[in-house]
Amino acid sequence: MSRRKTERLLGLVVCLLSSPRYLTAVQIRAAVPGYPESFEAFKRMFERDKEELRELGIPLETGLNSSGDDEAGYRIPRQAYVLPEIRLEPDEAAVLSLAARVWRQAELAGAAAGALLKLRAAGVDAEETAETGIEPRLLAGEAAFGPLWEAVRDRRSVTFAYRAVGRSEPQQRHLQPWGVVNRHGRWYVAGHDTVRDAVRVFRLSRIEGDVRFSGPAGSVVVPDGTDVRETVREWDTQPPARRTAILRVRQGAGLGIRRHATVITGSTGAGSTRPADTGAGSTGPADTGAGSTGPADAGAGSTGPADTGRWDTVSVPFSDVSWFAEHVASFGTDVVALEPADLREAVITQLKGALA
Amino acid sequence: MSAPGKLPQRGSAGTSTARLQRLLALVPYVVSRKVVGLAETAAAFGVSERELVDDLNLLWCVELRSPDPYCPIDLSYEGGEIVVSQAESMDRPLRLAVDEASALLVALRMLAEIGQVASMSGLDEGQALNRTIAKLEAAAGEAAAPSTQVAIQVDKIAQQAVLDQLRDALARRRRVHLSYYVPGRDEATERDVDPMRLLIVEGRTYLEGWCRRADAVRLFRLDRVLGLDVLEVAAEVPAGAEPKDVDQGLFRPSAADLNVIIELAPLGRWVAEYYPCDSVEDLGDGRLRVALRTPDPGWVRRLALRLGENGKIVAPASLAAQVREDASAALAQYA
Repeated sequence: MSRRKTERLLGLVVCLLSSPRYLTAVQIRAAVPGYPESFEAFKRMFERDKEELRELGIPLETGLNSSGDDEAGYRIPRQAYVLPEIRLEPDEAAVLSLAARVWRQAELAGAAAGALLKLRAAGVDAEETAETGIEPRLLAGEAAFGPLWEAVRDRRSVTFAYRAVGRSEPQQRHLQPWGVVNRHGRWYVAGHDTVRDAVRVFRLSRIEGDVRFSGPAGSVVVPDGTDVRETVREWDTQPPARRTAILRVRQGAGLGIRRHATVITGSTGAGSTRPADTGAGSTGPADTGAGSTGPADAGAGSTGPADTGRWDTVSVPFSDVSWFAEHVASFGTDVVALEPADLREAVITQLKGALA
Repeated sequence: MSAPGKLPQRGSAGTSTARLQRLLALVPYVVSRKVVGLAETAAAFGVSERELVDDLNLLWCVELRSPDPYCPIDLSYEGGEIVVSQAESMDRPLRLAVDEASALLVALRMLAEIGQVASMSGLDEGQALNRTIAKLEAAAGEAAAPSTQVAIQVDKIAQQAVLDQLRDALARRRRVHLSYYVPGRDEATERDVDPMRLLIVEGRTYLEGWCRRADAVRLFRLDRVLGLDVLEVAAEVPAGAEPKDVDQGLFRPSAADLNVIIELAPLGRWVAEYYPCDSVEDLGDGRLRVALRTPDPGWVRRLALRLGENGKIVAPASLAAQVREDASAALAQYA
């Protein structure tokens, strides 16, 4: 059954592609085998066939051969159908295969494979298995990606239920989408929120239920000069670390804190770990008036305050108190917040929360 | 309002439209190569030889009846070699659709962004990426335009020096010594690793290598490498060392893992987004109950302290008790 349909569609494509003239429905029925006898049944089937060809991206044109004709006909102009010549050098074909593999587990896998098929058909030798020493991948993503990409591609507005951080209930949002961006491995959609009349960015994983089209194709206008990557980057970027925390960190522990810290007093705990060197000095007030003790790495021979034997005092830049308090709390008994007071209070609240 | 359709999925090869797409590509595939083997072609199209022969027969049988009956396609596959002697107007493939052009262009631009990494294997010497992008844009024409509205950003690697060293080690097949931060245990671990390749998954870069401490293939996130030395020792990746099948996901639970159940308040829902969960149950009012597996109880204890009142371990009970002890001991330091 489906074989007959495939044969019919193939015949239809070859017929329309070979004809320099527009062919009327009657002429097409005469030329292409497989259509039913009844004209009404033929018309219905032909309508569905035309729709299928258009969905495949086959350019089906309607027109008149001369102004005297009274019935429109159909043809597939070769110029519009054919993939233009493309020749790839072996190194170019190799990166193309690599690019197609990026999507293998993600939403555009089918599209990437389809593209590769057409390029191979154009004579490109792109081996799918070429070993390159690196493997880039996107992993299976979000249900909302497909419909949002369609909406961006076709310039249609959408509506969806969105659960913002900390909300107990999702809210219905209305968006003219401008683009879809993957950042730090997460998908975002950016666009114009028509209810709030402002630019908004939404994380796809927080969309609940279906994304629905709420406007016709072509109705969204992306403002000139819009860079969706930049829109998402601005939205996602943490404010710069403007504040400085003073913490006590148990020696040989709290490595996750030490990586971003400057040691004020104590040794660097060189016993089991390497000194945390990343960007020290540029991050915090390295020269905080600890006049008596020298630079951190020279502290070995000196005797500091009573508990330097077991603890280091460090300074760490931070921006958001609640996030940083959660981070400090996650180190349990290995890290104690000393200053500022609001951070210290937030850590205590956090720990009480874990105790409850 | 209307419900959007699903994007065409891989593996829909059985449907008649998918088959039509394949048939339209098959003729130009052979024409552009003049003569090509059955086995090679079947592999290129991801079908069995029997399916391919069925396709070829179907193409050969296409008949148009008007004005006179004729067969527009003539071909043979005698002796396992396909030759198309007449292709009518089907000798060239169909243009790229917007989705097709976008999938490749978005991925190529991502690769260009990680150009330094790509050049590691000699892949991008001579700017192959930029040349390919330009050629593909030209061939795709108008269909290329929407691709700029999708982007995949790659995390900047803070330690460029580490990447350079790894490129060097991979190129010269040298063993490396890693000082590696394990956040779950808040430990720096020291180990020798024989590098196998670099993986870039979801924008993050990983070294895959044979870890001589674990005697197994391990992944190391580059942003957690505290220090790296390239040793003047040849890397010896055992013959049986299987690279991870990236397409199965990076982190697979093992039977020995601990099963943990956590209840999350609205502010703790991020856990379900960040970590692979076996199950996520909606408890109403924005609350979730998630089940996840981990080889490392220490990681869960840290997670619970980080969550505070926004997440409670439900099971195992012993772990929940341990978290309360951790919190109590930590609080005592503020007394």
